[in-house]
Amino acid sequence: MQDFGAAFGEAFRLVAAFDPDLFEIIALSLRVSLLAVFIAAAVGLPLGATLAVARFPGRGGAVVFFNALMGLPPVVVGLVVYLLFSRAGPLGALGLLYTVTAMIIAQAVLVTPIIAALTRQLIEDMKPEYEEQLRVLGAGPFAMVMTLLWDARYSLLTAVLAGFGRAIAEVGAVIIVGGNINHVTRVMTTAIALETSKGDLALALALGIILVAIALVVNGLVMGLRDTAKRMGYA
Amino acid sequence: MIRIRKPLLTGLVAALVIFASTATTTTVSWAAEKFIVLQSTTSTANSGLYDHLLPIFTKKTGIEVRVVAVGTGQALKNAANGDGDVLLVHAKPAEEKFVADGFGVERFDVMYNDFVFVGPPSDPAGIAGTKDAVAALKKIAAAKAPFASRGDNSGTHKKERALWKAAGIDPTQQSGAWYRETGSGMGATLNAAVGMNAYAMTDRGTWISFKNRGDFTITVQGDKDLFNQYGVILVNPKRHPHVKVAEGQAFIDWVLSQEGQGAIRSYKLGGQQLFFPNAKGGPGNM
Amino acid sequence: MLDRVRMSETEDHDGILPLVGAGISVRRNGRNLLDNVSLTFDGPAITALLGSNGAGKTMLLRVLANLVEPDTGTVQWGGRSPDAARAPRLGFVFQKPVMLRRSVLANMKYVLAAVGHDRASRTDRAWKALRWASLDRLASTPARLLSGGEQQRLAIARVMATEPEIMFLDEPSSGLDLASTALIEMLMRGAASRGTKVVVVTHDIAQARRLADDVIFLHQGQVLEHGPADSFFDAPKSKQARDYLAGRIPDSPTL
Repeated sequence: MQDFGAAFGEAFRLVAAFDPDLFEIIALSLRVSLLAVFIAAAVGLPLGATLAVARFPGRGGAVVFFNALMGLPPVVVGLVVYLLFSRAGPLGALGLLYTVTAMIIAQAVLVTPIIAALTRQLIEDMKPEYEEQLRVLGAGPFAMVMTLLWDARYSLLTAVLAGFGRAIAEVGAVIIVGGNINHVTRVMTTAIALETSKGDLALALALGIILVAIALVVNGLVMGLRDTAKRMGYA
Repeated sequence: MIRIRKPLLTGLVAALVIFASTATTTTVSWAAEKFIVLQSTTSTANSGLYDHLLPIFTKKTGIEVRVVAVGTGQALKNAANGDGDVLLVHAKPAEEKFVADGFGVERFDVMYNDFVFVGPPSDPAGIAGTKDAVAALKKIAAAKAPFASRGDNSGTHKKERALWKAAGIDPTQQSGAWYRETGSGMGATLNAAVGMNAYAMTDRGTWISFKNRGDFTITVQGDKDLFNQYGVILVNPKRHPHVKVAEGQAFIDWVLSQEGQGAIRSYKLGGQQLFFPNAKGGPGNM
Repeated sequence: MLDRVRMSETEDHDGILPLVGAGISVRRNGRNLLDNVSLTFDGPAITALLGSNGAGKTMLLRVLANLVEPDTGTVQWGGRSPDAARAPRLGFVFQKPVMLRRSVLANMKYVLAAVGHDRASRTDRAWKALRWASLDRLASTPARLLSGGEQQRLAIARVMATEPEIMFLDEPSSGLDLASTALIEMLMRGAASRGTKVVVVTHDIAQARRLADDVIFLHQGQVLEHGPADSFFDAPKSKQARDYLAGRIPDSPTL
């Protein structure tokens, strides 16, 4: 397995050389996935919290639905978004296919159920402790949702982080709707897929190692944040 | 006394700063206003031909070419949906049908290379050095030697199926036994073939530029049945009015011109020429 | 004081006093947690709710606060059924009050916002209530880092900031040291002197003696005694109350 050692060497060389193409790809990956997660959190957090707090007919079904969607294959999301944005599709006139916007939308669709489902679980676990207290303090249903979200904010970082991990690591959706166009829609995962298909396993693995390094840094930052919060009794 | 710090806020600000900085660095690449989307087969992209060709064209015309490299089958399908301005693939019958169905304006020959069979040095079917592709396939089937097929309806796969048909063999009945359909691109299929000591058919360009060859070598080459013609087609604006006709046609004209053809000829990898220009009747060959 | 009582009975339509429970029964898993309880809370005095563990004290408070629907019987706030709009007029300090994951001051402001005070009056009232509970020094501390006694004081301040007519406290000083207990008792007296009716569940008989104007004694879900504190402590009428006050195991078989 000479590839393994070579991959580490190559990864180090790429970073050390400050390869502009590489940094463009990393920047685009972060941009797409961070924005997608931001959108998914804006939708998924209140959605999950509402599912946890509200009682309505069909709630059980909705919970199962979102839990199931957590396992949605990225390729399927990619395909659905492709069919929507294809010139032959209902939203084709927008001309969004093979753009960064389409990639962000696809990843947001992929990640929203993950954040919503994890949020619902977290909030539902917290609800017994808070429910009566909030009621006697005069909080209505909307205030209840907002208070639980805010008080769970550091725990919810984990849910958002899970979404980010999913987004930054997936290739199936972005390669279909983005097209892996050099300098336009090429991100780390699609670049890895491309280098693998070229048989350049060392470069592919090098990119993979950089991806893992980024994931480690992001996770480390969030963990540090949570630890600080925990010491302050906020988490 | 514990002072209030706002760790969450700090984190959010940090994330936004990162986000903003990435946003500014990437918008630069959006700046090019004139661009076309080229639905392409993978072999031309993976072999590095476009990296050689497209900068010359863009420098001359200011038109950026955004390449979506997928299998020929998917490229045809995407182009039929209108998700591209120009199509460059290698499956002549399918391309002609594409034009006949009204999806494309006209098909032009651009260049050719050839297909080769690659295989392990142990050569279980004993086909090394053979020129006759059909005979080689018969031997592979008789020896039940593992054979990795694209199985993805790509140009290469279409060609491979035509050769099996000529040999009078339906290998899909052995699918999963010695006939292995990877259902993926050329590179992935070659990776798989090397991994399981299987024969595979590939275009020469991809093979020359492929880096994970292991100890595999070319076992069959030189048959005129293994000829691999590439064609270029402008997606029909009557079907899809948003197609960038002027820019797309400019690309086709250039790639068929003497300058474009010369650029194809001059692309070499490891001293070997990968593609052989053979445009005829193109506007550049007058 | 009498004037105030009469006013709340007749004229104050938004008030929740008198708070009346009539024939309340709650059954859980085949057990009667409350069995035909009827009582009325009115006036600003301090009432101690006594009874052994499992007598139904906490459940009674939750039913009267409209947190639990009784199986039979009714609760009336100021002559009408309870409603969410008047819920803030009843303050409830739980045995383990939930501290919101934010600063002491933010906890105060949260409650004031929930009952509809605007931003300026929130700050004003929050600081006033914090000074009242001697917590102003800790205003910027995360609430969950407070000691047990400080948390109880914050819970009381949080409730009192909204100026409720009645405040329920469920064993507010259990597990606290003497100084913390004294501070909390001071706050309860202070609340009563500000015109808030105080109902406190406690197992600390000495505390009940110090604080209570009258006493309700619950036994196995039934109100056995309800009267002035002095007469209850000096001459309890029921055997169960005598056992309870003496710390005897009730109905214990002779060994």
